Amino acid sequence: MLKDKTAIVGIGQTEFSKSIDSTELNLACKAIKNALGDAGISPDQVDALGSFTYEETPEFEIARNLGFGNLTYWSQAPYGGGASCAAIGQVAMAIASGIANVGVVWRSRKRGDPSSRMWSHTDEKIFDHWKWSRPSGLVRPVDESSMLIRRYMHQYDYSRESLGAVAISLRKYANANHEALMQHKFLNLEDYMEARMISDPLCLFDNCLESDGAIAIVITNLDIAKKLQNKPAIIHAYSQGMNKEHQLMTHYHGGDPLESSSYVTASNLWNLSDYSPKEIDVAQIYDAFSPMIPFSLEAYNFCSKGEALKLINDGLINIDGELPVNTSGGSLSEVYLHGMNLVTEAVRQIRGSATSQVNNAKLALITTCDATPNAAILLKGE
Amino acid sequence: MIETIPIPGIEDFDKVYWENCSKNKLTIQHCGDCNEARFPPRHMCPICQSISHDWKEVSGDAVLWSFVIPRPPLLPVFDKQSPYVVGLVELVEYENIRIIGQIQTNSNIDSIKIGDTLTIDFKKINNEISLPYWVKK
Ligand SMILES: [Zn+2]
Repeated sequence: MLKDKTAIVGIGQTEFSKSIDSTELNLACKAIKNALGDAGISPDQVDALGSFTYEETPEFEIARNLGFGNLTYWSQAPYGGGASCAAIGQVAMAIASGIANVGVVWRSRKRGDPSSRMWSHTDEKIFDHWKWSRPSGLVRPVDESSMLIRRYMHQYDYSRESLGAVAISLRKYANANHEALMQHKFLNLEDYMEARMISDPLCLFDNCLESDGAIAIVITNLDIAKKLQNKPAIIHAYSQGMNKEHQLMTHYHGGDPLESSSYVTASNLWNLSDYSPKEIDVAQIYDAFSPMIPFSLEAYNFCSKGEALKLINDGLINIDGELPVNTSGGSLSEVYLHGMNLVTEAVRQIRGSATSQVNNAKLALITTCDATPNAAILLKGE
Repeated sequence: MIETIPIPGIEDFDKVYWENCSKNKLTIQHCGDCNEARFPPRHMCPICQSISHDWKEVSGDAVLWSFVIPRPPLLPVFDKQSPYVVGLVELVEYENIRIIGQIQTNSNIDSIKIGDTLTIDFKKINNEISLPYWVKK
């Protein structure tokens, strides 16, 4: 069993910026060094690695730069935004099963430059499932997300004003976070309503940032974790999820396109957990696009279908709300690193060291991309 | 970035679909054994795992499930077309078969609404590929 056997004991990051004059490998090394320093663990104790299939820094380069010892486990998790919790969960399982003792999971990405957008590399001939959408001009992830939110807004009678509450709530958290790219940029409803459309009904502020940086975390078993300096963020429950008839980013052809893979992840996660949604103190919800927050809140059963945007407008996800969400500003307003900043923020909340700290946060949910096969982790304090 | 419209690569399991589109016919893949319809086309029937399949022509009549209006920056070919409407339509003959295609706007984007009833047409891209798009009834 995985439950309560491992913990995140170290977090580290580089600076976040629109453009950093450095390589992804250099950034990865710095973030991992910082995470190990934060944990108080010597690099030669690391014996497990986890990363994203989208990660371009190889394990052996990481290991020989950082001076790791002999490795006994490594794995990679697929699907970009769906990967962070899966990469962590797989390393945690390896540690819980005794294959390894100290794991590092990292993501390093130079994404600030527009030429690094994946859709801009669309081939002249498409042989994967995107052949059914891109030739018609549904080209970018934002277009694919926009299709679902327009339907949702139609079905549950919401306006653009109501959706704006998501980006505005997250921006307030970023304004309080000195690491956030949007720390000094304020956002109100008027700014939101006047913003440039990217894929109508989604505007500029519904999109994640384009940024450079790296983040790493350190995972150990609980025996090691208890001897370290930081309060451990214990991995209480973990699951992946991919639903029937799933199609990556364009899950339009199954039963209800509004019922994503998150419903599968959530159902299994709550079954594996000792806790229920109403007991969760703080959530870090993957937010490449703002609709993913209401969609995920409903999938994880924090409210019923169609209700999330109303509750967000009533203050649900704000610091004084019932479920503060993306308390560092998230991908919309802190940094976009495929959701790894959501992991480090969940750990800070458990430690009590977040810039917008939830009082006495004991249970923190982390989710990954609602539009891909995905995963989630429930962290708890002691 | 590519300057041309990205086109679907033709494979064994969808060759007939694209051939029929080129003849201005929309056809849906059915299992050769259990007769279950499926979209997008694929190698195997998810109900009975048969690899035999055939194709049935449908009217192309559809209801607009949702749509988006992409704005630049897009691929250059779509930057030039913008603003345009891409819809996800539900075929009237089947529950749960939805297809992506452009929606003809006649320069009146505001007139497009979820629930619009639509009929199909085809835009010829080259000798092998014609893309379905939908027009308001
Ligand atoms: Zn069959």
